[in-house]
Amino acid sequence: MKKEMPTGGVIVDPGSTVRNKTGDWRTFKPVWDKEKCKQCMICWQFCPDDSIPLDENGKRVETDLDFCKGCGICAKECPFGAIKMVREEK
Amino acid sequence: MVRKVIEASEAVALGVKLSRPAVIPMYPITPQTHIVERLAEYINDGELDTKMLHVESEHSAMSAAVGAQATGVRSFTATASQGLALMNEILFIASGMRLPITMAVANRALAAPINIWNDHSDSFSVRDAGWIQYYVESAQEALDTAIQAFMVAEDHSVLLPAMVCLDGFTLTHVYEPVDIPSQEEVDKVLKPYKAVHAFLDPDNPITQGAIGFPNAFMDLKKDQHDALLNAKNVIKESNWIFAEKFGRGYGDGLVEPYMMEDAEYAVVALGSVCGTIRVVVDELRKKGKKVGMLKIRVFRPFPEEQIVEHTKGLKGLGIIDKEVSFGQEGTVYSEIRSALYDKDLTINGFIAGLGGRDITPDHIRKVFDSLDAEKRTEWLF
Repeated sequence: MKKEMPTGGVIVDPGSTVRNKTGDWRTFKPVWDKEKCKQCMICWQFCPDDSIPLDENGKRVETDLDFCKGCGICAKECPFGAIKMVREEK
Repeated sequence: MVRKVIEASEAVALGVKLSRPAVIPMYPITPQTHIVERLAEYINDGELDTKMLHVESEHSAMSAAVGAQATGVRSFTATASQGLALMNEILFIASGMRLPITMAVANRALAAPINIWNDHSDSFSVRDAGWIQYYVESAQEALDTAIQAFMVAEDHSVLLPAMVCLDGFTLTHVYEPVDIPSQEEVDKVLKPYKAVHAFLDPDNPITQGAIGFPNAFMDLKKDQHDALLNAKNVIKESNWIFAEKFGRGYGDGLVEPYMMEDAEYAVVALGSVCGTIRVVVDELRKKGKKVGMLKIRVFRPFPEEQIVEHTKGLKGLGIIDKEVSFGQEGTVYSEIRSALYDKDLTINGFIAGLGGRDITPDHIRKVFDSLDAEKRTEWLF
């Protein structure tokens, strides 16, 4: 059954990408070790998906797994081995 | 309205000037260059208030036209041959985003070997790019069609880009008397462009050209296909409006029959060669032969119903293709055979005029002489 579409595939409500949970694409997920983390913010700088949220004090908290695609850049860049990539269990 | 003897390239440029596009990205290429040269002169002389963009390639010219049109204004560009080939990927983006850009194509052969002369291999190579394709026969038709192309492309039931194809040199560089309508007359038939779905408005932000996932892509393509079919009615309507206001029409807008009413044998062609065919039809008619010509003015959308209608009662039909689908046959021939597959009619295809090879009255006489026996495709050297 053909769906009604906006002409030319135009998106009229901005910011609609927040509804597209790209976390589904992940094969490996980053596991963050709070004890080893020095809050140097290198992972936050490198994350291409802005999936490392900060708290009100500017400290990183748990990775946002709704949008993290599991690229592993944070684990590769972390100088303290505080992030490990583990296979996603679904 | 004034009547002047002008080059067909200038006729296109005048049609565009009278349509007042806001943006014209330009990149020169033979045999199209005179069109954008004239437009640059109008802008320089203060006769046309348009933003002219000098770009570094045809890929950029079409990209700039897409960008301009996406802000909600009318844009135009022109190209030929290798230039059209370089634009290829952006042609599909223009139609997919439903941007009613209008472009003149001065038909020229595609290399190799390099060749600047006329055939239809360039625009036929983008047959499936989702653009409306007009093929014009005269300088007058070039001017009229430049204006009609905007009328059709921008219609809300269409919203698709349109190509006005005119034969390189054999039409672009030919001088003919042309009736030039006044700005007031054109303003009555072509309203200012008002974007309905694609525009730049910071108070009303939208996203254009976003990704289309498998759950949306196919539905959007069906809409695009239906919109191109919708163009048939609008093409007819704009042709009728011109006939009423200016006293000039081109058949029903999609096809133009010549001496077809009682014809037993007919030739189908596109573009400037139709002038030569008319001469041969007149000559054969004087000898008592019942012959006619069917000019295809619009190749996309394909005027299938009109072809079926006009070929009723014929004994033989010849199709002249100024391009070849290598490994198969002429493309117009293929499509007409498909449209007439269940009709009892001998249909032969003729490949002619490649790379500027002359198509002479003798060639056309030979075509009319060989429509009795089925022989599929023949090359007219």
